[in-house]
Amino acid sequence: MVSRGIQKDIVIQFEGVAFSYGSIAVLENVHFHIHRGEFIALVGPNGAGKSTVLKLLLGLEKPNTGRIHVLGMDPEDARARIGYIPQHADLDPSFPISVWEVVRMGRLRGLQRFRPEDKEAIARALAQVEVEDLASRSFSALSGGQRRRVLVARALAAEPEILVMDEPTTNMDAESETRLYKTLGNLKGNTTILIVTHDTEFVSALTDRVLCVGKRSTDGKAHALVQHRTVQVPESPLDLYGGQVAKVLHEETLPEDSCCIEVRSGVEGKV
Amino acid sequence: MRGFFNALLDPSLPFLRNALYAGILSSILFGVVGAVVTVRRIAGLAGSISHAVLGGIGLSLFLSVHKIVPGMSPLTGALGFAILSALIIGLVSLKAKQRVDTAINAIWAIGMSLGVLFLAKTPGYTDLMSYLFGNILFISTQNLVLLAILDVGILFLAYRFYPQLEASAFDEEFAKVRGVPTEVLFLVILVLTAVAVVLLQTFIGLVMVIAMLTLPPGTASHLSRNLVSLMVWGVVFSFLFTFGGLALSWIYDLPTGAMVVVVAGAVYLVGTGVKALRLKGKFQKN
Repeated sequence: MVSRGIQKDIVIQFEGVAFSYGSIAVLENVHFHIHRGEFIALVGPNGAGKSTVLKLLLGLEKPNTGRIHVLGMDPEDARARIGYIPQHADLDPSFPISVWEVVRMGRLRGLQRFRPEDKEAIARALAQVEVEDLASRSFSALSGGQRRRVLVARALAAEPEILVMDEPTTNMDAESETRLYKTLGNLKGNTTILIVTHDTEFVSALTDRVLCVGKRSTDGKAHALVQHRTVQVPESPLDLYGGQVAKVLHEETLPEDSCCIEVRSGVEGKV
Repeated sequence: MRGFFNALLDPSLPFLRNALYAGILSSILFGVVGAVVTVRRIAGLAGSISHAVLGGIGLSLFLSVHKIVPGMSPLTGALGFAILSALIIGLVSLKAKQRVDTAINAIWAIGMSLGVLFLAKTPGYTDLMSYLFGNILFISTQNLVLLAILDVGILFLAYRFYPQLEASAFDEEFAKVRGVPTEVLFLVILVLTAVAVVLLQTFIGLVMVIAMLTLPPGTASHLSRNLVSLMVWGVVFSFLFTFGGLALSWIYDLPTGAMVVVVAGAVYLVGTGVKALRLKGKFQKN
């Protein structure tokens, strides 16, 4: 559990955000903020709009109304400081590329070419996710779980302040999942982590807060976003999240600024 | 075969040497552009553009013969139609992906039909065979210079923007997050492919262009571990196919373009068959 402090600045802020794809309303009146160093789970059923929240956060889509600030600036300007792991069901498995070259993409900066110091950052990222031995292998020759870990290394190669992951454990075997959460545990506190999952019941025990997309808005069309409390599952029988699991209490909805209130009142505990 | 080499060195047969030089220069374009077309899976777009070009060729000849724009070369109209087609398909692909199939086929059919209509009203220009297969033996020194200029331009762009090309082809959304202007890059790739297609098509014909944009990279993909090696092997195979086709067509007195395509197709099929057998063997061992 991270020990939040009021001095910890807000790195992601959504204020009254609404978004629709054409005439199809997806999100409405979304308010939330995330503090530096927090580990946040964004949960909700399929089609609720979780990936849309990420696209808005990354500036890949623009809100119809409301404001989004990332690291105090517009999302598009903050992109270079965000590590992103997309959901990726559609990566071409026959694309000729090595693991090292995939991770190197994390060092891209617009139209610039790579720099000599990028090599060290790539090596560090490979080591962080424990895939150094795969560096020269073809990406297409890897298992689903190994590919996901390589994509995590690609995101970490950017040495990001914020790590955004869209369903990172899709197609992942238990061993890869355990290794991934070990890596995330090491990053926690230094890097702000936002992880999207469609498992609405349980989240990783690393999670500080749960944001849930799915509650219908007043007119019943778009989805709103609420915060829930979690409780640790002491002896989890579940082979999930590296074995450390917390249960989401959907019946308890917390106010948007509950994280700040609790810090002020000095209450310790999961929010 | 010795006769072919003697003919290549014969001072009285400059067209054969020009054809060989054209083979070398076009191999660079086919290898590099073909690799990008293959990994981005836009061969269908390239096919549509190359067919739509007939509209531009027909329009140029019509305007020139009827003295509306005297002396307008077919290349001018072809380039205009190709770039316009590339931009329309590109923008539809970016803004309404679900409509791109319709756009590709519409541009393909409308361009060709316009070409046929213009040529029908242009006395003396009804031979569509040269448009389909071209004739690499008719290549002039001026054509070679144009090809060389395009080679240098494409090689420079591929080297300078290789990281962006690789990232946007592998994972467009991630490339965008890393600040790569993916939409502009896509349109530039389409327009450059269109320009390359037009130049190559004018010299060697539509069928050979489509075949050489897909078969050398297809064959090279069996040996390539990354995009740059796909480009390099694509250049090597393009040259070998062109040289082999040129030699066989000379020895057996057959149309060069069609022979090059048959050689490329045969090697591609054999390569794919060998790879499939090796994979099967590996699978059975395991």
